[in-house]
Amino acid sequence: MVTAWQILETVPDPEIPVLSVVDLGIVRDVQESGDGRAVTVTLTPTYSGCPATEVIMRDVRTALEASYDVVEVHTRLSPAWTTDWLSEAGRQKLQNFGIAPPSGRTTLPLVDVGAPATCPHCGASDVEELSAFGSTPCKALWRCVSCREPFDYMKRH
Amino acid sequence: MVSATSELRIPSVPELADGCLVLSHRLSEWMSNAPTMEEDVAMGNIALDLLGQARGLLQTLGDENELAYFREAQDFRNPVICELPNDDYGFTLLRQLLVDAWLSLVWPALAASADDERVRGVAEKAIKENAYHLRHSSAWVVRLGDGTDESHSRMLTALEALWPYRGEIASDAWYDVIEPILFEATLPKLPRDAWTQRSSADGWHTEHLSYLLAEMQSLARAHPGATW
Repeated sequence: MVTAWQILETVPDPEIPVLSVVDLGIVRDVQESGDGRAVTVTLTPTYSGCPATEVIMRDVRTALEASYDVVEVHTRLSPAWTTDWLSEAGRQKLQNFGIAPPSGRTTLPLVDVGAPATCPHCGASDVEELSAFGSTPCKALWRCVSCREPFDYMKRH
Repeated sequence: MVSATSELRIPSVPELADGCLVLSHRLSEWMSNAPTMEEDVAMGNIALDLLGQARGLLQTLGDENELAYFREAQDFRNPVICELPNDDYGFTLLRQLLVDAWLSLVWPALAASADDERVRGVAEKAIKENAYHLRHSSAWVVRLGDGTDESHSRMLTALEALWPYRGEIASDAWYDVIEPILFEATLPKLPRDAWTQRSSADGWHTEHLSYLLAEMQSLARAHPGATW
């Protein structure tokens, strides 16, 4: 039997489609009813204003409704999402996709968002920041000094 | 006139929600107009974070769309500094520093002690987002303040124009955050006890808020309930 977690592993992040919502670490709780017909999923959004959040909630509901009669999707804000919750598989998928995964663990107060360990294109470690802000709230824009390619870095958050 | 109290005053939820919403709109006005493409993206990102924070807070007060789009200027409680027009990029970033510094004190206080669990959740998330904003605004204030004669002169003008509007956000802790950054930016230390503008607590605003709202609210008012 396919479990709710297995279904959730097929739901992609709409902005970084190589990551599932499980890889992203935003699925905080899954409760199935005793008869297996109802499921309640609790999600924690990544960033306050991330427009992907509403799409993800809808996609999660749609995916689960194929297997459950009753689907509830809740939001839980606390504890706040952190990139520490990205799965190891997710980090590898990011690197392979051309996005450098967050380096190291998040510490508060957040004065340092880390730096990519290596260029996701050529693997060189000589990289520099182009802009602290990138194409989505979770990313910054970096470039490789070695191969000259720009790339996204998922900020430690 | 607001007395620039020494203790940090924790803003009400409407005050904070409206502050985030109005400042978000101001920053979004830079989109496609910022001095560089990277800054265009930065403004968009910061505006988006502020909008998300505003939404999270407004949802604890009622219908977020009703509150954002169908109130009049005198119903808004944002700190007046948030509604001031952007002027040049230096003014925008200096205002951002002053507000980011305020939020760097407000969010942790709310995360620890807000009565409403949802407000604590928004605040907990916002702590990290704001730290990133503060890093950005601080870096720009230093770069422009300690930059060319032209940029320094503009930052000085911006500081003098913004200083009277600090009343709603200032505290000893706040001065302690901004003063080292202004010092590094070679900008003067202005007196803590100088005159400050009155607050929006009784619905008073500058004329600028009405124009901002006219633009922000026009679509929702022309097409009530519209979705896409």
